[in-house]
Amino acid sequence: MTDVLVTALIVGAAAAVLCAVAGVFTVLRGQAFAGHALADVASSGGAAALLLGLPPLAGYVLLGLAGVGGLQALSARRTTADHDLMAGILLGAGLGITALLLYLDVTLGSASGAAMSVMFGALFALPASAVWGAGAAALVAMALAAVLYRPLLLASLDADLAAVQGVNVRLVNTLFLVLLALAVALASLTVGAILATALLTGPAAAALRLTRTPGHAMALASVFGLASVWGGVGLAYASYGWTPGHVWPVSFFTTLLVIAFYALGRR
Amino acid sequence: MSLALNVEHLAVSLGGREVLRDVSFTLAPGGFCGLIGANGAGKTTLLRTILGFERPTAGHIHRAGTLGYVPQKLQLDPDAPLRVRDFLRLGLDGHRWGIPLPSRAARAQVDEIVAAIGADAFADQRVGRLSGGQLQRVLIGHALIRRPQLLLLDEPLANLDPSAAAAVAALLGQVAAGGVAVLLSAHDLNPLLGHVDRVVYLANGRAAAGPVAEVVRGEVLSALYGTHIDVLRVHGRIVVVAGNGAAHDHDHAVPIP
Amino acid sequence: MFAPYLLHAWLAASFVALAAGAAGYIVVLRRASFAAHALPMAAFPGAALARLLSVAAPPLVLGFALVSALMLALARRRGRSGPATALLLAGLMALGALFLSLSGGYAGAVYALLFGQVLGAGPSAVLPAIVLGLAVPVLLLIGLRPLTLTALSEDLAAARGLSAFWMDVFALAVLALAATAALPLTGALLSFSLMTGPAAAARLLVTRPLAAFALSMALALGVTWAALALAFVTNAPVGFFVGVLCAGVYVAARAAQAAQTPSSSTMA
Repeated sequence: MTDVLVTALIVGAAAAVLCAVAGVFTVLRGQAFAGHALADVASSGGAAALLLGLPPLAGYVLLGLAGVGGLQALSARRTTADHDLMAGILLGAGLGITALLLYLDVTLGSASGAAMSVMFGALFALPASAVWGAGAAALVAMALAAVLYRPLLLASLDADLAAVQGVNVRLVNTLFLVLLALAVALASLTVGAILATALLTGPAAAALRLTRTPGHAMALASVFGLASVWGGVGLAYASYGWTPGHVWPVSFFTTLLVIAFYALGRR
Repeated sequence: MSLALNVEHLAVSLGGREVLRDVSFTLAPGGFCGLIGANGAGKTTLLRTILGFERPTAGHIHRAGTLGYVPQKLQLDPDAPLRVRDFLRLGLDGHRWGIPLPSRAARAQVDEIVAAIGADAFADQRVGRLSGGQLQRVLIGHALIRRPQLLLLDEPLANLDPSAAAAVAALLGQVAAGGVAVLLSAHDLNPLLGHVDRVVYLANGRAAAGPVAEVVRGEVLSALYGTHIDVLRVHGRIVVVAGNGAAHDHDHAVPIP
Repeated sequence: MFAPYLLHAWLAASFVALAAGAAGYIVVLRRASFAAHALPMAAFPGAALARLLSVAAPPLVLGFALVSALMLALARRRGRSGPATALLLAGLMALGALFLSLSGGYAGAVYALLFGQVLGAGPSAVLPAIVLGLAVPVLLLIGLRPLTLTALSEDLAAARGLSAFWMDVFALAVLALAATAALPLTGALLSFSLMTGPAAAARLLVTRPLAAFALSMALALGVTWAALALAFVTNAPVGFFVGVLCAGVYVAARAAQAAQTPSSSTMA
């Protein structure tokens, strides 16, 4: 097995498992929109990182965390149609900045594949050293998820109930967003910023319909996620001969597999 | 014997509007009190203030011991994966950080509560799939598992059919008999007759509080509502009628089958 | 600065702005911001496919957009299906990524389809823009009253014989036309901004429907002209200016509204 393949499999696995855990909570809490927003903001981070010669994961993580701050400033816990509208318009400015940074990546930084890699992922282009960053991010995030598990579950069911039992709901909500930002960062590294939310919510949504406890849901979502990412890596690797000179994108296959598992779950 | 709940001259304002003024009442351990009022009279505000979610503009609230709270319902996806047992376990230690480890003691306590609320038949079902009456009982169990001194319920009977409402009221009666102070809000007193021993009537931001027989009288309610009120007893039901003959909210008693 | 091809670009962009501004009014009125997000993204694979096959883009783009509009209307009628629609959109974007990758994955093409570009030279770019730029406002003007009525109260509209479902189909189809027009200029990711920012701002400033409709188009036009001019002068991409200016216009409108009524709540 080549270095490139091993790197892709490890980074992808870290992303799949973390997204399973964070994704189950995201779907339970109905906060898919927050994930989408964080992915948009993270895309600026990825583009900026390329410009500065930093590893893209650093950019995704840093700007994701900044995005958490922004979400807290904007937020109501429930989204109304007007709230979605306003958030979307403000995110448009963020995407505009991503556009500018990607443009600079190509003109100033000569990273000609920047748009494709930031927005749709470039798992095979990662250096072997990316494994350490991804692994560290995943470990930190999983530890956070383990610590948060009980109060987050309770607060997600009913914030008032949790408050009466003594949970600091604001703190738990904020820490959840941090967890979400880390998951989105790893997902963006794997399948790009646009398709990151599919990896975050697809396996989780499928698993939630099929299991009876959140723990089981996370386990099953991990299986779906791993199968989708590794399947995507495998298919992309194999696709080299299908069309002259091009490898089909990993994120294309992974997204298809995520959709397939979701459809399976609905039977 | 110390009081479980002592509310003194409470005033609460929401959005610039004074919702409650000069509300006072007490509740002893084992007392079972109904908080009665029409929609908008301030029942939820009063409960939320006792819970600590709203700040009073005047007055004091003294609570002794642990607090249990039963919201009217949970916004739950019917498919949400959480079994009744797991939900009850969360009542025990859901506020602690970390992952729940298997614990024989915890399991025993959950089993005890399941029996106490009569939930053996559906203890392994998903919380989201329960009927209204079943969910109310589970919510009560969730609040009771930490053995609170005071139990607050927000309109627990509101969406229940008469037999389910009677079952919940009876369960709460047993809880009170066990020494817990129970305060629940409702807009109709009738399903609670024979269970509650005290009542707090809320109207126009003010309250009339005390034992049922003392409060549910024409003179007291007339003074509270600011209009002539007659209290009639018809076949064991209380009917509250406003002076000009128009029926009041309380007149819409739940029909007794 | 006014070489012929640039004039074509200005012309095309202006008509796109009219379409986007008009469509935006409906988006805000009917609280359809999800559709405004979804339709340009659904149209994206159409543009990528056209590029791969070296055929004209508008028919394929319009095809993808109209089919998606119909599916959106059907999904809304059936009730909630949040994860399913989101996954479907992801699938469409992934398909577009595949087409782009197969046609070489050139940075310029990826960029243009995601974030837009100043429209190319010649009548082939201008003609579709003019047609759509006129069609969208006209269609919406004709349908303005029934659209407003169904947005306010479906029951009331049904009493007058208006089917909420077919109104939805009509509105989404017109949005699909606007998305087709906007896609080349502002791309799959930023068309949403042009289709909602100016309209949301207009509705904050003015309440009478026809006035808000006109203001929405005017603001979209202003934003587009400013974005083009800034892009020409600084060489920075048009998409950047469109995204930032749309947000800026919206924020300014909210500030103006808050200043007008100091005692009103600022909750959206």
